[in-house]
Amino acid sequence: MAERERRLTRPAGRVFVARAQVMDADAVARALRRIAHEVIERNHGLSGVVVVGLQTGGVPLAERLVELLKDIEGVDVPLGSLDVAFYRDDIGLRPVLPEEVTSIPVDLTGKTVVLVDDVLFTGRTVRAALDALADHGRATAVQLAVMVDRGHRELPIRPDFVGKNLPTRRDELVDVGPDGVSLGEFTDERPGGLR
Amino acid sequence: MSDTLHFLSIADLERQTLLDLMRLADAFKEVAERPIPKVPALRGKTVATLFFEPSTRTRLSFETAAKRLSADTMTFTAATSSLSKGESLRDTIETIDAMGIDAMVIRHASAGVPSTIRQWTSASVVNAGDGQHEHPTQALLDCYTIREALGRDDLTGLKVGIVGDVRHSRVARSDVLALDLLGAEVVLVGPRTLLPPSLEGWPAKATSDLDGVLDQLDVVYLLRIQQERANAALLPSLDEYHERFGLTRERAARLGEQVLVMHPGPMNRGVEIAPEAADLPSSLITRQVRNGVLTRMAVLFHLLASGQSLVVPIEEAASA
Repeated sequence: MAERERRLTRPAGRVFVARAQVMDADAVARALRRIAHEVIERNHGLSGVVVVGLQTGGVPLAERLVELLKDIEGVDVPLGSLDVAFYRDDIGLRPVLPEEVTSIPVDLTGKTVVLVDDVLFTGRTVRAALDALADHGRATAVQLAVMVDRGHRELPIRPDFVGKNLPTRRDELVDVGPDGVSLGEFTDERPGGLR
Repeated sequence: MSDTLHFLSIADLERQTLLDLMRLADAFKEVAERPIPKVPALRGKTVATLFFEPSTRTRLSFETAAKRLSADTMTFTAATSSLSKGESLRDTIETIDAMGIDAMVIRHASAGVPSTIRQWTSASVVNAGDGQHEHPTQALLDCYTIREALGRDDLTGLKVGIVGDVRHSRVARSDVLALDLLGAEVVLVGPRTLLPPSLEGWPAKATSDLDGVLDQLDVVYLLRIQQERANAALLPSLDEYHERFGLTRERAARLGEQVLVMHPGPMNRGVEIAPEAADLPSSLITRQVRNGVLTRMAVLFHLLASGQSLVVPIEEAASA
Protein backbone atom coordinates (compact mmCIF):
# COMPACT_ATOMS: atom_id res chain seq x y z
CA MET A 1 0.00 0.00 0.00
CA ALA A 2 2.75 2.39 0.93
CA GLU A 3 4.31 2.07 -2.48
CA ARG A 4 1.06 2.68 -4.26
CA GLU A 5 0.23 5.71 -2.15
CA ARG A 6 3.50 7.30 -3.03
CA ARG A 7 2.77 6.77 -6.66
CA LEU A 8 -0.61 8.42 -6.25
CA THR A 9 0.85 11.41 -4.46
CA ARG A 10 3.73 12.00 -6.81
CA PRO A 11 4.29 15.58 -7.84
CA ALA A 12 2.53 16.38 -11.08
CA GLY A 13 4.55 15.65 -14.17
CA ARG A 14 6.79 13.02 -12.58
CA VAL A 15 6.47 9.39 -13.51
CA PHE A 16 7.65 6.07 -12.13
CA VAL A 17 10.27 4.49 -14.35
CA ALA A 18 11.50 0.95 -13.72
CA ARG A 19 15.31 0.70 -13.81
CA ALA A 20 15.77 -3.00 -13.15
CA GLN A 21 13.71 -6.11 -12.63
CA VAL A 22 14.80 -7.82 -9.41
CA MET A 23 12.36 -10.75 -9.37
CA ASP A 24 10.45 -12.20 -12.30
CA ALA A 25 6.97 -13.70 -12.01
CA ASP A 26 8.39 -17.20 -11.38
CA ALA A 27 10.65 -15.96 -8.59
CA VAL A 28 7.65 -14.29 -6.91
CA ALA A 29 5.64 -17.51 -7.23
CA ARG A 30 8.46 -19.57 -5.70
CA ALA A 31 8.94 -17.11 -2.84
CA LEU A 32 5.22 -17.16 -2.13
CA ARG A 33 5.18 -20.96 -2.06
CA ARG A 34 8.10 -20.97 0.39
CA ILE A 35 6.27 -18.42 2.56
CA ALA A 36 3.18 -20.66 2.54
CA HIS A 37 5.26 -23.57 3.84
CA GLU A 38 6.86 -21.33 6.47
CA VAL A 39 3.44 -20.13 7.67
CA ILE A 40 2.28 -23.74 8.08
CA GLU A 41 5.52 -24.73 9.83
CA ARG A 42 5.49 -21.75 12.22
CA ASN A 43 1.87 -22.30 13.23
CA HIS A 44 1.99 -26.13 13.34
CA GLY A 45 -0.74 -26.30 10.71
CA LEU A 46 -3.37 -23.72 9.92
CA SER A 47 -5.77 -23.98 12.82
CA GLY A 48 -6.92 -20.48 13.86
CA VAL A 49 -4.96 -18.79 11.06
CA VAL A 50 -6.53 -15.82 9.20
CA VAL A 51 -4.80 -14.15 6.24
CA VAL A 52 -5.29 -10.39 5.86
CA GLY A 53 -3.96 -8.45 2.85
CA LEU A 54 -3.13 -4.77 3.12
CA GLN A 55 -4.87 -2.60 0.52
CA THR A 56 -3.97 -2.52 -2.20
CA GLY A 57 -0.61 -4.19 -2.92
CA GLY A 58 -0.97 -6.89 -0.28
CA VAL A 59 -4.41 -8.06 -1.36
CA PRO A 60 -3.51 -10.03 -4.52
CA LEU A 61 -0.56 -11.61 -2.69
CA ALA A 62 -2.84 -12.58 0.22
CA GLU A 63 -5.28 -14.17 -2.25
CA ARG A 64 -2.48 -16.22 -3.80
CA LEU A 65 -1.15 -17.19 -0.36
CA VAL A 66 -4.58 -18.53 0.64
CA GLU A 67 -4.75 -20.60 -2.56
CA LEU A 68 -1.29 -22.04 -1.87
CA LEU A 69 -2.23 -22.89 1.72
CA LYS A 70 -5.29 -24.71 0.38
CA ASP A 71 -3.07 -26.57 -2.11
CA ILE A 72 -0.61 -27.68 0.51
CA GLU A 73 -2.80 -28.42 3.53
CA GLY A 74 -6.27 -28.72 1.97
CA VAL A 75 -7.61 -26.14 4.41
CA ASP A 76 -9.70 -23.04 3.55
CA VAL A 77 -8.12 -20.20 5.49
CA PRO A 78 -10.34 -17.11 6.02
CA LEU A 79 -9.15 -14.19 3.88
CA GLY A 80 -9.64 -10.50 4.70
CA SER A 81 -8.44 -7.16 3.41
CA LEU A 82 -7.54 -4.09 5.39
CA ASP A 83 -7.34 -0.42 4.41
CA VAL A 84 -5.41 1.53 7.02
CA ALA A 85 -6.06 5.08 5.76
CA PHE A 86 -8.03 6.07 8.86
CA TYR A 87 -5.22 4.86 11.15
CA ARG A 88 -2.23 6.52 9.52
CA ASP A 89 -0.04 8.86 11.54
CA ASP A 90 0.54 11.23 8.64
CA ILE A 91 -3.07 12.36 8.20
CA GLY A 92 -2.94 16.09 7.53
CA LEU A 93 0.69 15.92 6.37
CA ARG A 94 -0.16 14.53 2.97
CA PRO A 95 -3.22 13.27 1.10
CA VAL A 96 -4.69 10.20 2.74
CA LEU A 97 -7.71 8.48 1.24
CA PRO A 98 -8.91 4.91 1.55
CA GLU A 99 -8.45 2.85 -1.61
CA GLU A 100 -10.99 0.19 -0.84
CA VAL A 101 -13.44 -0.83 1.82
CA THR A 102 -11.97 -2.98 4.59
CA SER A 103 -13.36 -6.50 4.81
CA ILE A 104 -12.55 -8.70 7.81
CA PRO A 105 -14.83 -11.76 7.60
CA VAL A 106 -14.32 -13.09 11.15
CA ASP A 107 -13.85 -11.80 14.68
CA LEU A 108 -10.09 -11.88 15.15
CA THR A 109 -10.24 -12.61 18.87
CA GLY A 110 -8.18 -15.75 19.55
CA LYS A 111 -6.97 -15.99 15.95
CA THR A 112 -3.48 -15.85 14.47
CA VAL A 113 -3.40 -13.15 11.82
CA VAL A 114 -0.92 -13.32 8.96
CA LEU A 115 -0.72 -9.78 7.65
CA VAL A 116 0.40 -9.62 4.00
CA ASP A 117 1.89 -6.63 2.19
CA ASP A 118 3.91 -6.20 -0.97
CA VAL A 119 6.72 -3.99 0.31
CA LEU A 120 7.96 -3.31 3.85
CA PHE A 121 9.64 0.10 4.02
CA THR A 122 9.33 2.54 6.95
CA GLY A 123 6.95 0.27 8.86
CA ARG A 124 4.35 3.02 9.28
CA THR A 125 1.69 1.23 7.25
CA VAL A 126 2.19 -1.89 9.38
CA ARG A 127 1.95 0.20 12.57
CA ALA A 128 -1.36 1.60 11.33
CA ALA A 129 -2.48 -1.91 10.37
CA LEU A 130 -1.79 -3.20 13.90
CA ASP A 131 -4.04 -0.45 15.31
CA ALA A 132 -6.72 -1.21 12.73
CA LEU A 133 -6.61 -4.96 13.46
CA ALA A 134 -7.11 -4.28 17.17
CA ASP A 135 -10.54 -2.80 16.36
CA HIS A 136 -11.57 -6.17 14.91
CA GLY A 137 -10.78 -8.20 18.02
CA ARG A 138 -7.80 -9.29 20.10
CA ALA A 139 -5.72 -11.60 17.95
CA THR A 140 -3.56 -14.15 19.76
CA ALA A 141 -0.67 -13.28 17.46
CA VAL A 142 -0.02 -11.16 14.39
CA GLN A 143 2.64 -12.29 11.92
CA LEU A 144 3.90 -10.22 9.01
CA ALA A 145 4.58 -11.56 5.52
CA VAL A 146 6.04 -9.29 2.82
CA MET A 147 7.29 -9.95 -0.69
CA VAL A 148 10.07 -7.35 -0.43
CA ASP A 149 11.81 -5.93 2.64
CA ARG A 150 13.61 -2.86 1.37
CA GLY A 151 14.95 -1.56 4.71
CA HIS A 152 14.84 2.05 6.01
CA ARG A 153 12.63 1.20 8.98
CA GLU A 154 11.45 4.12 11.13
CA LEU A 155 9.71 1.94 13.72
CA PRO A 156 10.65 -1.24 15.59
CA ILE A 157 8.84 -3.57 13.19
CA ARG A 158 10.26 -6.70 11.57
CA PRO A 159 8.70 -9.19 9.15
CA ASP A 160 8.20 -12.88 10.00
CA PHE A 161 8.18 -14.07 6.38
CA VAL A 162 10.13 -12.34 3.59
CA GLY A 163 10.14 -13.03 -0.15
CA LYS A 164 13.33 -11.08 -0.78
CA ASN A 165 15.55 -8.69 1.14
CA LEU A 166 16.33 -5.86 -1.23
CA PRO A 167 18.82 -3.13 -0.32
CA THR A 168 17.55 0.18 -1.74
CA ARG A 169 18.20 3.88 -1.70
CA ARG A 170 15.56 5.86 0.14
CA ASP A 171 14.45 7.70 -2.97
CA GLU A 172 14.08 4.57 -5.06
CA LEU A 173 10.73 2.92 -5.57
CA VAL A 174 9.87 -0.76 -5.47
CA ASP A 175 6.99 -1.96 -7.61
CA VAL A 176 5.42 -5.37 -7.04
CA GLY A 177 3.10 -6.38 -9.86
CA PRO A 178 1.82 -9.50 -11.57
CA ASP A 179 4.98 -9.64 -13.71
CA GLY A 180 7.38 -9.56 -10.80
CA VAL A 181 9.28 -6.98 -8.77
CA SER A 182 11.11 -4.02 -10.22
CA LEU A 183 13.20 -1.24 -8.81
CA GLY A 184 12.95 2.25 -10.20
CA GLU A 185 12.48 5.89 -9.34
CA PHE A 186 10.45 8.97 -9.96
CA THR A 187 11.78 10.98 -12.81
CA ASP A 188 10.84 13.89 -15.02
CA GLU A 189 11.58 11.70 -18.00
CA ARG A 190 8.85 9.90 -19.80
CA PRO A 191 9.11 6.12 -20.13
CA GLY A 192 11.32 5.34 -23.07
CA GLY A 193 13.77 8.11 -22.23
CA LEU A 194 12.01 10.92 -24.10
CA ARG A 195 12.40 14.33 -22.52
CA MET B 1 -2.89 23.19 5.53
CA SER B 2 -2.68 26.44 3.68
CA ASP B 3 -5.77 26.08 1.54
CA THR B 4 -8.72 25.45 3.79
CA LEU B 5 -11.46 23.40 2.20
CA HIS B 6 -15.15 24.17 2.73
CA PHE B 7 -18.42 22.41 2.01
CA LEU B 8 -21.00 25.09 1.28
CA SER B 9 -23.30 24.05 -1.53
CA ILE B 10 -23.98 21.38 -4.10
CA ALA B 11 -23.78 24.10 -6.74
CA ASP B 12 -20.01 24.31 -6.03
CA LEU B 13 -19.47 20.58 -6.52
CA GLU B 14 -18.46 18.58 -9.51
CA ARG B 15 -19.99 15.22 -10.23
CA GLN B 16 -16.69 13.48 -9.47
CA THR B 17 -16.45 15.05 -6.00
CA LEU B 18 -19.95 13.84 -5.22
CA LEU B 19 -19.01 10.32 -6.33
CA ASP B 20 -15.75 10.42 -4.35
CA LEU B 21 -17.59 11.47 -1.19
CA MET B 22 -20.03 8.59 -1.61
CA ARG B 23 -17.16 6.16 -2.10
CA LEU B 24 -15.55 7.50 1.06
CA ALA B 25 -18.87 6.98 2.88
CA ASP B 26 -18.72 3.31 1.82
CA ALA B 27 -15.53 2.94 3.84
CA PHE B 28 -17.27 4.48 6.85
CA LYS B 29 -20.20 2.12 6.41
CA GLU B 30 -17.83 -0.77 7.08
CA VAL B 31 -16.52 1.10 10.16
CA ALA B 32 -20.09 1.55 11.45
CA GLU B 33 -20.69 -2.19 11.28
CA ARG B 34 -17.80 -3.03 13.61
CA PRO B 35 -18.13 -3.73 17.33
CA ILE B 36 -16.09 -0.55 17.90
CA PRO B 37 -17.47 1.82 15.24
CA LYS B 38 -14.74 4.40 15.61
CA VAL B 39 -11.46 5.27 13.89
CA PRO B 40 -8.64 7.58 15.05
CA ALA B 41 -8.52 9.56 11.79
CA LEU B 42 -9.33 13.02 13.21
CA ARG B 43 -7.68 12.67 16.60
CA GLY B 44 -6.70 16.10 17.90
CA LYS B 45 -9.09 17.97 15.60
CA THR B 46 -12.01 19.97 16.97
CA VAL B 47 -15.34 20.30 15.21
CA ALA B 48 -17.76 22.98 16.44
CA THR B 49 -21.43 22.82 15.59
CA LEU B 50 -22.98 26.29 15.51
CA PHE B 51 -26.74 26.13 15.22
CA PHE B 52 -28.50 29.46 15.02
CA GLU B 53 -31.74 27.65 14.23
CA PRO B 54 -33.31 24.69 16.00
CA SER B 55 -32.35 21.22 14.80
CA THR B 56 -31.90 17.91 16.50
CA ARG B 57 -31.13 15.37 13.87
CA THR B 58 -28.65 17.33 11.78
CA ARG B 59 -26.68 18.46 14.81
CA LEU B 60 -26.65 15.02 16.43
CA SER B 61 -25.71 13.49 13.10
CA PHE B 62 -22.69 15.82 12.70
CA GLU B 63 -21.63 15.31 16.30
CA THR B 64 -21.87 11.54 15.98
CA ALA B 65 -19.89 11.70 12.74
CA ALA B 66 -17.16 13.82 14.36
CA LYS B 67 -16.96 11.54 17.40
CA ARG B 68 -16.70 8.38 15.29
CA LEU B 69 -13.69 10.00 13.64
CA SER B 70 -12.22 10.70 17.12
CA ALA B 71 -12.54 14.48 16.74
CA ASP B 72 -13.50 16.59 19.74
CA THR B 73 -16.81 18.40 19.43
CA MET B 74 -18.07 21.74 20.67
CA THR B 75 -21.68 22.73 20.61
CA PHE B 76 -23.06 26.20 20.25
CA THR B 77 -26.76 26.97 20.34
CA ALA B 78 -27.95 30.49 19.72
CA ALA B 79 -30.54 30.52 22.48
CA THR B 80 -28.06 30.00 25.31
CA SER B 81 -25.25 32.09 23.82
CA SER B 82 -23.96 35.63 24.08
CA LEU B 83 -25.89 36.38 20.89
CA SER B 84 -28.87 36.79 23.18
CA LYS B 85 -26.79 39.41 25.02
CA GLY B 86 -26.37 41.31 21.76
CA GLU B 87 -22.98 40.03 20.53
CA SER B 88 -22.65 40.29 16.77
CA LEU B 89 -22.37 37.20 14.58
CA ARG B 90 -18.86 38.21 13.56
CA ASP B 91 -17.67 38.58 17.15
CA THR B 92 -19.20 35.22 18.04
CA ILE B 93 -17.41 33.50 15.15
CA GLU B 94 -14.09 35.21 15.87
CA THR B 95 -14.34 34.22 19.53
CA ILE B 96 -14.94 30.59 18.66
CA ASP B 97 -12.21 30.70 16.02
CA ALA B 98 -9.76 32.00 18.63
CA MET B 99 -10.28 28.84 20.65
CA GLY B 100 -8.56 26.96 17.85
CA ILE B 101 -11.02 24.79 16.00
CA ASP B 102 -10.67 22.94 12.71
CA ALA B 103 -14.21 22.89 11.36
CA MET B 104 -17.38 24.88 11.95
CA VAL B 105 -20.70 23.32 11.08
CA ILE B 106 -23.19 26.15 10.57
CA ARG B 107 -26.99 26.19 10.51
CA HIS B 108 -28.54 29.63 10.06
CA ALA B 109 -31.92 31.03 9.05
CA SER B 110 -30.36 33.35 6.47
CA ALA B 111 -29.01 32.23 3.11
CA GLY B 112 -25.31 32.82 2.59
CA VAL B 113 -24.26 33.01 6.24
CA PRO B 114 -21.87 30.00 6.07
CA SER B 115 -20.23 31.52 3.02
CA THR B 116 -19.82 34.88 4.79
CA ILE B 117 -18.38 33.25 7.88
CA ARG B 118 -15.41 31.94 5.88
CA GLN B 119 -13.83 35.41 6.04
CA TRP B 120 -13.81 35.39 9.84
CA THR B 121 -12.24 32.04 10.53
CA SER B 122 -9.38 29.84 9.42
CA ALA B 123 -11.50 26.74 10.05
CA SER B 124 -13.23 24.68 7.39
CA VAL B 125 -16.87 25.74 7.12
CA VAL B 126 -19.65 23.24 6.54
CA ASN B 127 -23.13 24.42 5.58
CA ALA B 128 -25.70 22.49 7.63
CA GLY B 129 -28.59 24.46 6.14
CA ASP B 130 -28.76 28.17 5.38
CA GLY B 131 -32.18 29.79 5.00
CA GLN B 132 -33.89 28.76 1.79
CA HIS B 133 -30.58 28.36 -0.01
CA GLU B 134 -28.99 24.91 0.42
CA HIS B 135 -28.56 21.93 2.72
CA PRO B 136 -25.77 20.13 0.89
CA THR B 137 -25.08 17.29 3.36
CA GLN B 138 -28.77 16.34 3.21
CA ALA B 139 -28.50 16.04 -0.58
CA LEU B 140 -25.33 13.98 -0.24
CA LEU B 141 -26.98 11.55 2.18
CA ASP B 142 -30.09 11.36 -0.02
CA CYS B 143 -28.03 10.52 -3.10
CA TYR B 144 -26.00 8.02 -1.10
CA THR B 145 -29.20 6.35 0.11
CA ILE B 146 -30.60 6.08 -3.43
CA ARG B 147 -27.26 4.78 -4.73
CA GLU B 148 -27.17 2.20 -1.93
CA ALA B 149 -30.73 1.04 -2.64
CA LEU B 150 -30.08 0.74 -6.38
CA GLY B 151 -26.48 -0.43 -6.21
CA ARG B 152 -25.20 1.94 -8.90
CA ASP B 153 -23.44 5.33 -9.18
CA ASP B 154 -25.05 6.56 -12.33
CA LEU B 155 -28.68 7.56 -11.88
CA THR B 156 -29.36 8.29 -15.56
CA GLY B 157 -33.01 7.78 -16.35
CA LEU B 158 -34.12 7.61 -12.73
CA LYS B 159 -37.29 9.64 -12.11
CA VAL B 160 -37.48 11.35 -8.76
CA GLY B 161 -40.57 13.26 -7.59
CA ILE B 162 -39.94 15.85 -4.88
CA VAL B 163 -43.31 16.60 -3.34
CA GLY B 164 -44.28 19.45 -1.05
CA ASP B 165 -43.10 22.92 -0.17
CA VAL B 166 -40.38 23.12 -2.79
CA ARG B 167 -40.33 26.92 -2.86
CA HIS B 168 -39.13 27.34 0.71
CA SER B 169 -37.03 24.19 0.82
CA ARG B 170 -33.24 24.21 0.93
CA VAL B 171 -33.40 20.41 0.92
CA ALA B 172 -35.24 20.43 -2.41
CA ARG B 173 -32.76 22.86 -3.98
CA SER B 174 -29.71 20.85 -2.94
CA ASP B 175 -31.35 17.57 -3.90
CA VAL B 176 -32.32 18.79 -7.36
CA LEU B 177 -28.78 19.98 -8.05
CA ALA B 178 -27.18 16.77 -6.74
CA LEU B 179 -29.60 14.44 -8.53
CA ASP B 180 -29.04 16.38 -11.73
CA LEU B 181 -25.25 15.91 -11.36
CA LEU B 182 -25.82 12.16 -11.13
CA GLY B 183 -28.09 12.09 -14.17
CA ALA B 184 -31.52 11.66 -12.56
CA GLU B 185 -34.65 13.49 -13.75
CA VAL B 186 -36.53 15.44 -11.12
CA VAL B 187 -40.19 16.45 -11.07
CA LEU B 188 -41.21 19.00 -8.47
CA VAL B 189 -44.76 18.44 -7.24
CA GLY B 190 -46.86 20.76 -5.09
CA PRO B 191 -49.55 23.40 -5.02
CA ARG B 192 -48.65 26.34 -7.21
CA THR B 193 -48.14 28.54 -4.15
CA LEU B 194 -45.39 26.23 -2.92
CA LEU B 195 -43.54 25.67 -6.22
CA PRO B 196 -40.69 27.97 -7.25
CA PRO B 197 -42.07 31.00 -9.15
CA SER B 198 -39.58 30.27 -11.93
CA LEU B 199 -37.65 27.13 -12.78
CA GLU B 200 -34.55 29.12 -13.65
CA GLY B 201 -31.65 27.47 -11.82
CA TRP B 202 -33.73 24.38 -11.12
CA PRO B 203 -32.82 21.56 -13.51
CA ALA B 204 -36.27 20.01 -13.09
CA LYS B 205 -39.86 19.97 -14.28
CA ALA B 206 -42.82 21.01 -12.15
CA THR B 207 -46.45 20.00 -11.81
CA SER B 208 -49.37 20.34 -9.42
CA ASP B 209 -50.86 16.99 -10.38
CA LEU B 210 -49.35 14.33 -8.13
CA ASP B 211 -51.66 11.57 -9.37
CA GLY B 212 -50.72 12.40 -12.95
CA VAL B 213 -47.02 11.66 -12.39
CA LEU B 214 -47.06 9.19 -9.50
CA ASP B 215 -47.03 6.08 -11.69
CA GLN B 216 -43.88 7.21 -13.53
CA LEU B 217 -41.78 7.80 -10.44
CA ASP B 218 -38.94 5.60 -9.18
CA VAL B 219 -38.43 7.68 -6.04
CA VAL B 220 -41.06 9.65 -4.10
CA TYR B 221 -39.34 12.24 -1.94
CA LEU B 222 -41.70 13.96 0.50
CA LEU B 223 -40.86 17.31 2.05
CA ARG B 224 -42.03 18.43 5.46
CA ILE B 225 -45.02 20.74 5.40
CA GLN B 226 -44.79 23.46 7.97
CA GLN B 227 -47.88 24.58 9.81
CA GLU B 228 -46.80 28.19 9.23
CA ARG B 229 -47.44 27.80 5.49
CA ALA B 230 -51.10 27.09 6.12
CA ASN B 231 -51.24 30.04 8.48
CA ALA B 232 -49.69 32.24 5.79
CA ALA B 233 -52.53 31.31 3.44
CA LEU B 234 -50.24 29.42 1.05
CA LEU B 235 -52.23 26.28 1.78
CA PRO B 236 -55.96 25.88 2.22
CA SER B 237 -55.60 23.41 5.10
CA LEU B 238 -53.36 20.55 6.12
CA ASP B 239 -56.18 18.06 5.57
CA GLU B 240 -56.72 19.22 2.05
CA TYR B 241 -52.97 19.12 1.44
CA HIS B 242 -52.89 15.52 2.60
CA GLU B 243 -55.71 14.64 0.20
CA ARG B 244 -54.06 16.25 -2.83
CA PHE B 245 -50.31 15.93 -2.18
CA GLY B 246 -49.81 13.55 0.70
CA LEU B 247 -48.62 9.97 0.32
CA THR B 248 -51.97 8.60 1.43
CA ARG B 249 -52.61 4.94 2.09
CA GLU B 250 -54.26 4.69 -1.35
CA ARG B 251 -51.35 6.31 -3.16
CA ALA B 252 -48.85 4.17 -1.24
CA ALA B 253 -50.75 1.08 -2.41
CA ARG B 254 -50.46 2.26 -6.01
CA LEU B 255 -46.68 2.48 -5.84
CA GLY B 256 -44.76 -0.49 -7.20
CA GLU B 257 -42.62 -2.44 -4.76
CA GLN B 258 -39.49 -0.99 -6.34
CA VAL B 259 -40.51 2.62 -5.73
CA LEU B 260 -38.43 4.20 -2.99
CA VAL B 261 -40.05 6.48 -0.41
CA MET B 262 -37.89 9.14 1.23
CA HIS B 263 -38.32 12.02 3.66
CA PRO B 264 -35.69 14.33 5.22
CA GLY B 265 -37.48 14.41 8.58
CA PRO B 266 -38.94 15.37 10.89
CA MET B 267 -42.13 13.80 9.53
CA ASN B 268 -45.64 15.07 10.03
CA ARG B 269 -47.46 11.78 9.88
CA GLY B 270 -50.95 12.42 8.55
CA VAL B 271 -49.91 15.51 6.56
CA GLU B 272 -47.32 14.75 3.87
CA ILE B 273 -47.28 11.03 4.62
CA ALA B 274 -49.93 8.64 5.91
CA PRO B 275 -49.02 7.16 9.31
CA GLU B 276 -48.51 3.66 7.82
CA ALA B 277 -46.75 4.71 4.62
CA ALA B 278 -43.59 5.76 6.45
CA ASP B 279 -43.12 2.20 7.67
CA LEU B 280 -43.46 0.47 4.30
CA PRO B 281 -40.59 -1.86 3.36
CA SER B 282 -39.71 0.45 0.46
CA SER B 283 -39.37 3.40 2.83
CA LEU B 284 -35.75 4.48 3.18
CA ILE B 285 -36.42 7.02 5.91
CA THR B 286 -34.46 5.33 8.71
CA ARG B 287 -31.65 4.46 6.29
CA GLN B 288 -31.44 8.14 5.42
CA VAL B 289 -30.78 8.90 9.09
CA ARG B 290 -28.12 6.18 9.37
CA ASN B 291 -26.49 7.29 6.12
CA GLY B 292 -26.48 10.88 7.38
CA VAL B 293 -23.78 9.92 9.87
CA LEU B 294 -21.72 8.05 7.24
CA THR B 295 -21.85 10.82 4.65
CA ARG B 296 -21.06 13.52 7.22
CA MET B 297 -18.05 11.45 8.30
CA ALA B 298 -17.02 11.49 4.65
CA VAL B 299 -17.41 15.28 4.45
CA LEU B 300 -15.46 15.94 7.67
CA PHE B 301 -12.72 13.50 6.68
CA HIS B 302 -12.54 15.00 3.20
CA LEU B 303 -12.22 18.54 4.61
CA LEU B 304 -9.83 17.85 7.47
CA ALA B 305 -7.77 14.85 6.50
CA SER B 306 -7.71 13.99 2.83
CA GLY B 307 -5.46 16.99 2.13
CA GLN B 308 -6.67 17.09 -1.43
CA SER B 309 -5.54 20.66 -1.95
CA LEU B 310 -2.01 19.84 -0.83
CA VAL B 311 0.87 19.63 -3.20
CA VAL B 312 3.38 17.31 -1.55
CA PRO B 313 7.07 17.82 -2.32
CA ILE B 314 8.69 14.60 -3.47
CA GLU B 315 11.09 14.35 -0.51
CA GLU B 316 8.20 14.35 1.94
CA ALA B 317 6.18 11.91 -0.11
CA ALA B 318 9.08 9.49 -0.32
CA SER B 319 9.70 9.45 3.43
CA ALA B 320 6.06 8.95 4.33
